[in-house]
Amino acid sequence: MVNELRKSIRQYKKLSLTSPVLVAGEALIEMLIPYLVGILIDRGIMKGNMGYINKWGLILFVLTLISLALGASASYVSAHAAAGFAANLRKDMFYHIQDFSFSNIDKFSSASLVTRLTTDVTNVQNAYQMLIRIAVRAPLMLVFSIIMSIIISPRLSLIFVVIAPIFVLILALIIKSAYPYFPRIFRGYDAMNQDVRENIRGIREVKTYVQEEAQIEKFEKSSGFIYKLFSTAQKIMSLNALVVMAVLNISTLAICWFGAKEIVGGSLQTGQLVSMFSYSNSVLFSLNILAMITTQLVISEASGKRIAAVLTEKPAIENPRKPLKDVTNGDIIFDHVNFKYSPDEKHYALEDINLHITPGETIGIIGETGSSKSTLVSMIPRLYDVTSGAVRVAGHNVKSYELKALRDKVAMVLQKNVLFSGTVEENLKWGNENATHEEVVVAAKVAHADGFIREMPDGYNTMIEQGGNNVSGGQKQRLTIARALLKNPEILILDDSTSAVDTTTEREIRESLAKDMPHTTKIIISQRVVSIKDADRIIVMEHGKIQAIGTHEELMKTNELYRSIAKFQEENNAGE
Amino acid sequence: MDQVKERTQPKGNRIKVLGRLLKLVLTTSPWMLVVSIITIVLAAASAVIGSLFIERLIDTYVTPLLHEKVPNYGPLLNAILVMLGIYAIGFISNYLFSMLMGVLAQKVQFRVRNETFAHMESLPIAYFDQNNYGDIMSRYTNDIDTLMQMISQSLPQFLNSALSLIFVIVAMFSLSWQLTLFSFIIFALSFGIVRFLTIKSSYYFKVQQNKLGQINGYNEEMLNGLKVIKVFSHEPEAEEGFDKFNEELRGASGKANTYATILFPIMGNMGNLLYVLIAFIGGAAAINGWAPLTLGAIASFLQLSRQFSMPIAQISQQLNSIVLALAGAQRIFALEDEPSEIDNGDVIMSPNQEVKNSWYWDVPEKNGDIKKVPIKGHIVFDHVNFSYVPEHQILYDININAKPGMKVALVGETGAGKTTISNMLNRFYEIQSGKITYDGVPISQIRKNDLRHSLSIVLQETHLFTGTIMDNIRFGKPDASDDEVYQAARLAHADEFIHELDDGYETVIDGDGGDLSQGQMQLLSIARAMIADEPVMILDEATSSIDTRTERMVQAGMDNLLAGRTSFVIAHRLSTIVNSDLILVLDHGHIIERGTHEELLKQKGYYYELYTGKKELD
Repeated sequence: MVNELRKSIRQYKKLSLTSPVLVAGEALIEMLIPYLVGILIDRGIMKGNMGYINKWGLILFVLTLISLALGASASYVSAHAAAGFAANLRKDMFYHIQDFSFSNIDKFSSASLVTRLTTDVTNVQNAYQMLIRIAVRAPLMLVFSIIMSIIISPRLSLIFVVIAPIFVLILALIIKSAYPYFPRIFRGYDAMNQDVRENIRGIREVKTYVQEEAQIEKFEKSSGFIYKLFSTAQKIMSLNALVVMAVLNISTLAICWFGAKEIVGGSLQTGQLVSMFSYSNSVLFSLNILAMITTQLVISEASGKRIAAVLTEKPAIENPRKPLKDVTNGDIIFDHVNFKYSPDEKHYALEDINLHITPGETIGIIGETGSSKSTLVSMIPRLYDVTSGAVRVAGHNVKSYELKALRDKVAMVLQKNVLFSGTVEENLKWGNENATHEEVVVAAKVAHADGFIREMPDGYNTMIEQGGNNVSGGQKQRLTIARALLKNPEILILDDSTSAVDTTTEREIRESLAKDMPHTTKIIISQRVVSIKDADRIIVMEHGKIQAIGTHEELMKTNELYRSIAKFQEENNAGE
Repeated sequence: MDQVKERTQPKGNRIKVLGRLLKLVLTTSPWMLVVSIITIVLAAASAVIGSLFIERLIDTYVTPLLHEKVPNYGPLLNAILVMLGIYAIGFISNYLFSMLMGVLAQKVQFRVRNETFAHMESLPIAYFDQNNYGDIMSRYTNDIDTLMQMISQSLPQFLNSALSLIFVIVAMFSLSWQLTLFSFIIFALSFGIVRFLTIKSSYYFKVQQNKLGQINGYNEEMLNGLKVIKVFSHEPEAEEGFDKFNEELRGASGKANTYATILFPIMGNMGNLLYVLIAFIGGAAAINGWAPLTLGAIASFLQLSRQFSMPIAQISQQLNSIVLALAGAQRIFALEDEPSEIDNGDVIMSPNQEVKNSWYWDVPEKNGDIKKVPIKGHIVFDHVNFSYVPEHQILYDININAKPGMKVALVGETGAGKTTISNMLNRFYEIQSGKITYDGVPISQIRKNDLRHSLSIVLQETHLFTGTIMDNIRFGKPDASDDEVYQAARLAHADEFIHELDDGYETVIDGDGGDLSQGQMQLLSIARAMIADEPVMILDEATSSIDTRTERMVQAGMDNLLAGRTSFVIAHRLSTIVNSDLILVLDHGHIIERGTHEELLKQKGYYYELYTGKKELD
């Protein structure tokens, strides 16, 4: 994980390395100060030597200013290095995600990718900043203060030798016993948030079925679970305060007692005793901070792993070495194609598909949910790679084309389609960014979108909201068809793309397509027989296999499944 | 709306919120709060006494020993033991208040969560329609979390720091008022710097939050549309857009974190600076006799000087997080202050003892008698007008007479008022004028819970609740037996797919439906309505785009559901409503055509155009 993330440091390596150096300088000076003050007291004040006081006072003053400058610049440097590292991580992830193929995308939900790009990166950023600043500072402070106290009084330093390990051990025990509560608490939060979410979204159901009280009871159970666990965890974590303070105080008293004896014995001076108090504070505070850092790092480790999982995900589909750059016609061949979504799956999504579609042909595909209609057409623009067999477009295996070239010529309108925030025209130009306004209008006309676009407040310059919420379902579908048409494709695939368009308009779109794009191969997937019955050939899919191919008339005569779907729809959907 | 209000909240308001919050904390557990405050005072006091002790140690115990031939350590040992006692009070106090405040914070959270949730359940639908989901949700997550932060950490630390600061100043004065006055210069300087830095850092954290929100929105859009991006080879453009947001976030984040972390070295070194200056000035003063200073006093003063820079930094930081928590508290209180649904109805539902599943409306008469009206499902809309906001009327003079068992269809464009009519019937919203009666009883006189008990609803977008399939069907009738659940599922044609699930009826689903398809969720929602077995049904766009096989099943389930019930069907696909007893065509809140399918076709009006596909419903 660390190796994977480290690659994203890049140009911030220098800054990242500067920070520990600055921090080391600051820590060193900070540790020297109590020692020097001890000298100031013992040699200056005690002896009434004003010259000494002036000299060491000035040195101390300058040192403090240097330490201030070092500390402040360490903050600046570490904050910027961490922010830069985080930006690189986000960028690397985002760019890498753009290389994902459909099978990679299916693996991660988009919500989880969004969390990884923000929350997880922020966690790693904080951890990184800590790592190059405090995590350097705390152990240095620890080592320096131990060294300094040994210099002052090796015998008094023995106190640390006894106390420090006990201290660390107790802290470790506290952290260890509190730690297991947190994953459970987080799961509790998830469950409680789910309760709230369901009740906000489903409030109409709650109210019509008068379920308020049952829901309140359910919620109180979830919140009570968190309350119980968190209170217990709090009680354990509070022991931390007890231990830190107790150990600190006891060691101060121990230093008092033994220190006084040393002073009386003449082996220690008063000023040195004062310095010892400072160092004992530093030793224990550094240990405490180290414990804190450890817990923080453990927490952010989970985030780091989730980021690394994205970065190490291998794109399932990549460009070939010497790719073909152009698709010359709309000829499609499926040659003994088998496909399953993941190697572990038992069932094939496509089984032994053999098919030849000639340029300019119109093909209809029908079948129940789960019969792999969409899977079949996804093979053509190489959204997924076949498990065995081959798909050929214009006589060449799809794997030999450059992906962009292939997908420019094989336009697919997806079933779950989206528009992006921007104007209508900008959205349509996704199909071809160099298209002129006239070309955009032509495509919109073919898709029967021109009419309603003109009726919109700003026509082609109307802003589409995020998610395309300000156009209706049918309008959205027609816009996405127009967008695909702008590619001027050899093959056009409409995956249930007119389900929300009324039947009359749908028929008109089909007619325009036939008239305006006679040489383009058209593949239409639909739930409705009426949408495909005029196709040159209709494919009936069932359980990942081609069950029958033929014209509407042929299938009505020979195919039971097709006939039953057609008959049912005729009875129920008359008039649509 | 809410957020704009908050930004302009006056300071007086903040104090009110703080008062309410403190009252909440106090009433949740008075003894915990009182003990915490006492222990906070004790902890702060013991820390200062500890520092003062060092003076006594050197001046009273150590220095005299130097002159004794046979040093008597007795008094020193005594003093150390006394100190141990004082320290012990200190660290035990420390433990107690951090533990108590931590637990108290949890208690308050628990209480606030439950109160807020219970209150939310009582709010009218209008509240949910007017406030977006994320906004309501964030009160349960971010806002309540800031409360915990404040109660368990900010408040005690603020108190502790303020007390420490006061004690430290008092102790300093007791040692040397001259040095103390001198320290005040540094105090003031430090406080100025700290305030500046914390204000800066909280400003840049807001900017960072803002940029984070922007990049989040962008990512959300791009990742949701990732497949479309792939199909259009639009990756370079997506990356370009990302870079812009990413760069902005990097800049803001660097600044925010710089200001946040720079505080520590600055405060630490300000402490050191004071340390050095006091050693220097104190030393000079002692030697030159400017002030009556002992060596021990200087040592103690030095120790104290280190203790004051941290409280100042703490106070400033905690102030920020307290202000943040107050904003959160205000948003929670705003939700808790929303008026609940008003219910003045006194007509209740009562079972007919003789016939199963048969009910009466119990209508109280003026003379104190109770009139029993059998519930049949006769719904009448009588000149009903309605608007959500006064200037924009939604329904105009709606008249409907739905006799028991009738199927009434509502047809019209989005926004024509179809769903609003159903909202009137179950009193999610109140009509403005006119009258709606249920078996002759005005629905405004019926207790809301009972009115809703007498109606079932199936919505286009089905919402399920975390639990088993069984729980979800039982949602319609919590005391239903298992057999009743199976029966309802069979009638709804949901039985078949439920059996194919891993654990059948015991399969646990979450609110988003998990692996269930939209069609399957719809079947469950039909089963839910089926088991509720109410005399009146509302189907709001209950059939959406589902595949033919599932559609057949949904259709069959639907037919079973509607048999013998008065039903209001809001439909997009005309196919589902051609067999209605009454079809109402709505346009901009007016009923423009009414009649059966055949009658309306003959009229050759709007309905005819829709049916023949000349017009599109969008």
